[in-house]
Amino acid sequence: MITIIDYNTGNLSSIKNLIKKIGFDALITNDVDKIIKADKLILPGVGHFDYGMQNLKKLGLIELLNKKVLEEKTPILGICLGAQLLTKGSDEGVEPGLGWIDGYTRAFDKSKLTPGLKVPHMGWSDVTFTPRTKLFDGFTETPRFYFVHSYHLVCNKPQDELTHSAHGYTFVAGMEHENIIGVQFHPEKSHKFGMRIMENFIRHY
Amino acid sequence: MKRVRVIPALLIQNGGLVKSVKFKDHKYVGDPINAVKIFNEKEVDEIAILDISATAQKRGPDLQVIRDLAGEAFMPLGYGGGITKLEEVKALIFAGVEKVILNTSAFHNPGLITDAAKIIGSQGVVVSIDVKKNIWGKTNVYVQNGTKNTSMDPVAYARQMESAGAGEILLNSIDRDGTYSGFDLELIKRVSESVSIPLIALGGASGLPDFEQAIRHGASAVCAGSLFVFQRPHRAVLISYPGQHELREKLFEKL
Repeated sequence: MITIIDYNTGNLSSIKNLIKKIGFDALITNDVDKIIKADKLILPGVGHFDYGMQNLKKLGLIELLNKKVLEEKTPILGICLGAQLLTKGSDEGVEPGLGWIDGYTRAFDKSKLTPGLKVPHMGWSDVTFTPRTKLFDGFTETPRFYFVHSYHLVCNKPQDELTHSAHGYTFVAGMEHENIIGVQFHPEKSHKFGMRIMENFIRHY
Repeated sequence: MKRVRVIPALLIQNGGLVKSVKFKDHKYVGDPINAVKIFNEKEVDEIAILDISATAQKRGPDLQVIRDLAGEAFMPLGYGGGITKLEEVKALIFAGVEKVILNTSAFHNPGLITDAAKIIGSQGVVVSIDVKKNIWGKTNVYVQNGTKNTSMDPVAYARQMESAGAGEILLNSIDRDGTYSGFDLELIKRVSESVSIPLIALGGASGLPDFEQAIRHGASAVCAGSLFVFQRPHRAVLISYPGQHELREKLFEKL
């Protein structure tokens, strides 16, 4: 079962809606017994980094997720905050992240933004991607995705960088390391582009 | 090239989709769910849904309708109308809305903005500011669907909303609403310069050149109602939205 992890960070039904729209079913849960059985995991989330990590801890999910993702190699897709939590930590807070990807979540460097550009970066942006990923299979035009974020991903290993976008400067919009994927944008709010990403994740991972 | 959000604003009155001129003369446009479906097919950037009868009828958001609308929306969705409680904000987010839009309650209870921002993040809290000029040219903020003058200047008001925790300002000109006479650029400039949060311009758009002007005067995104639901000159109902090619060529690449 495709399992969307519910850790009290925002609206999850839109992700379930998207999965339904492309012909699959998903479960929204924080029940340990159900997460154990997941074939694919989705870690969504909107909000503060520390709040997200603390909620995962409170629900007793961190050890379980470590086992699922690092040992059993269950594919996981982190979205927005869910992607940031895959890194080792964030400028936004003090809690360590899940640390599954060798990277960090940094605040937008406002000194590098052209006048008129605001933080959060909110809106649609074109995304470039590395051709070796299966997540972007089938795109014939440059995809655009919806973003809302004040912090962005930074990978220490360039080979983990999956996609890039720009807001004042180029930033990492997605990461991929083995079975672990994180995207800063919102596939569930990005029309056919998001549907394709989700379908690729479900079919190819 | 710079992408900016181009947002249809949909007004709901007694369950039907309507469009006004200067906040009056509401004309029936059709079924809101059908309209959202069409806008979804046209791959619009974002949608703002404003239930203009909620506050007037002293009721909260109609969550069932909003759930149905959100189920059709694979793009960000904002909802405004009749929101007075934090529980309603939570329920709206749970119903599938990304942004709550506060107007009358933002004036009476700015604490709601702060509380909502704490829970859903300030990016999810939009304050809508309706502005009308009096005969001496002074601009005032109105609430309750443009029926009540707060006597506040939009600049001071927008700053107050920002410090209360608003993540965005939806700035609407009552005088320009439904008139196709272009945005109130001076107003956009004054307000956008006074806040650091994004401003969405609304009221008066007649086409892409107006959008370009609004962005040049400080708006971060643009919004329109009549332009996307009517065909001129006779306000015949026709839901439309510019294609990506047209947006690129006539808007994004000029910015």
